[in-house]
Amino acid sequence: MPERDISVPIFPRIGLVDDPAYGKIDIEQWLHMYEQMLKIHHFEESVNELYKTARMPGLAHLYSGEEAVAVGVCEALNPDDTITSTHRGHGHCLAKGAQVDRMFAELLGKAAGYCKGKGGSMHIADPETGNLGANAIVGGGGGIATGAALSAKMRGTNQVSVCFFGDGAMGQGVLYEVMNMAALWKLPIIYVCENNHYSEYTVTTEVNAGELRARPQAFGIPVEEVDGQDVRQVYTTAMRLVSAARRGEGPAFLICDTYRYYGHHVGDVNRTYYRPKEEEEAWRAQHDPIQLMGNWMCSAYSVQASLLDDIEQKVIAEITAGVEFAEKAPFPQLDEVDQDVYA
Amino acid sequence: MSTLETPTITTNVREITFSQAIREALAEEMRRDPTVFIIGEDVAEAGTPFKVLLGLVDEFGTQRVIDAPISEPGFCGMGVGAAMTGMRPVVDIMFGDFLGLVMDQIANQAAKIHYMSGGKLFVPIVFRTSLGATRRTGAQHSQSLQAWPSHIPGLKVVLPSTPYDAKGLMKTAIRDNNPVVFIEDKMLHQTKGPVPEGEYTLPIGIAEIKRSGDDITLVATSSMVQVALGAADRLASLGIHAEVIDPRTTTPLDTETLIRSAQKTGRAIVLDEGYQRYGVTAELAAVIADGAFYYLDAPVKRMGAMDVPVPFSPPLEDLTVPTIEKLTEMAKTLCGRA
Repeated sequence: MPERDISVPIFPRIGLVDDPAYGKIDIEQWLHMYEQMLKIHHFEESVNELYKTARMPGLAHLYSGEEAVAVGVCEALNPDDTITSTHRGHGHCLAKGAQVDRMFAELLGKAAGYCKGKGGSMHIADPETGNLGANAIVGGGGGIATGAALSAKMRGTNQVSVCFFGDGAMGQGVLYEVMNMAALWKLPIIYVCENNHYSEYTVTTEVNAGELRARPQAFGIPVEEVDGQDVRQVYTTAMRLVSAARRGEGPAFLICDTYRYYGHHVGDVNRTYYRPKEEEEAWRAQHDPIQLMGNWMCSAYSVQASLLDDIEQKVIAEITAGVEFAEKAPFPQLDEVDQDVYA
Repeated sequence: MSTLETPTITTNVREITFSQAIREALAEEMRRDPTVFIIGEDVAEAGTPFKVLLGLVDEFGTQRVIDAPISEPGFCGMGVGAAMTGMRPVVDIMFGDFLGLVMDQIANQAAKIHYMSGGKLFVPIVFRTSLGATRRTGAQHSQSLQAWPSHIPGLKVVLPSTPYDAKGLMKTAIRDNNPVVFIEDKMLHQTKGPVPEGEYTLPIGIAEIKRSGDDITLVATSSMVQVALGAADRLASLGIHAEVIDPRTTTPLDTETLIRSAQKTGRAIVLDEGYQRYGVTAELAAVIADGAFYYLDAPVKRMGAMDVPVPFSPPLEDLTVPTIEKLTEMAKTLCGRA
């Protein structure tokens, strides 16, 4: 089988590509997206810390580095639009409007968690914010999200469905089955492929033949490819695709070129056998979505650095309070174990 | 238990086929509830290869009787998503053997979503599928895999054995807020029985005593109910009075009715067309052995399909399934009359 030469790193693109349209959007909206990205960033840093200090049961798959994807896409959605998320799902949940404290409570298996502690990191669902759930089966959200789009169309609600998944999910056949039906029936769904270049512990080019974009194109689904580290591009592209889907123009496929700062999960620490350190460092140093966005807002909107600091302090306080809430929260009563098996 | 099954409104009772009963249940529920829809392969104009759905598309149109591509995992998964967002899909999985294609959608998604979400999400979906050998269709179109979904917490599994049960249970399954796997014996589709016109429902989780007797209990599911009733006839001519019980649903299981009957008769044989090893019969037998131990005069016996892939050649295929003859012999032996 072919092997990747890891002495050839996957480097990020250099800088951001500007579009005059970005500057026409209200700064408050960009600041909101900046805050949401920071929230995800600090949330995930805390999750990693909880894991390393053995205060969190099990494992978690960190979204660090990919913040602009979830935030840019969810910013383009209405509150009642639905999403499905993945094992690497904290970012999607937060971006769709979940609260930090109940998220942490779920990660610690506490009764106050979004799923009463029964779901855990990979299964956070929150129908109130349109989140139909993270999924621990790679590509597992494909059927659900496409079914939600079918349902929206049948009920005539004008809702759009978003299916988040990674490049690893491109190996799952069910995704092609549902894309076929979404295209045939012009369903209001956006397939968002977060291409972080790694399928768990394997570089994706080693296991995916041909061009990624050619696959949805085979069904006649329009494909857009964006810099997933540039929240401006993700957001404006998502807006366009979501509007088209809402108008009844059918599905779209959005590829976001992004990067996973940490390993497949928090325990995947020694990973130089499948990707070089210099590659990770390059993405963090040169193409971090939060850093890039902060710099751009300072130059394009003359935002003061102190304002960005204030936002960060506010986010850190919220995260700290969330962790504290979750750690103090009680576990579920033991008689909860066989509740909710059946409705 | 039998009082629960009597329709409260006395309506015209006709003799119709099992297929017609299913179709009638679907049509009534689709008229009653606009969120009910059907999706699957060849469900619209073709009405499925078994013709069970024939005519539904004429009344409800292709927007509610949806022909899907040959993509069972895809349309099962879409059914799950639609169910989570306000619809009540009836997903058609043509052959029970194709459960092998869709178990992720059924067992990992549909069955667990309510629990994993802490009770906030609901998956009101019916997966209609089939079971049964002796149609000479070979190893991949003949299996009776009801043990698979019965094993998974979060699923309900319905196995109707008469047109009357089929209609009443299908209507209940559609109204249930949980995923229900509804399995029809292909050999039963053309059999006839009395079915009331119009509205009635049957509860999920209640067994029916199909025939009363004091000497031995025969518990049989789906296709095996007719085998048990046939054996009961032969046993009666020998002076052995068999009680025949149809659990009608394997999950939830009406353990009380099974145990009470075995306590009364002191002998039990359980019968199911699934593979015997680790099958539905194992669970039913364990329930009776546990609950009626002090009343039993003999070990609980079970009879399932032979543990081989279903062969094509007719004389070989016929060897693999329980028959009236085999059951009668086993019952006679158990009653000391062999």
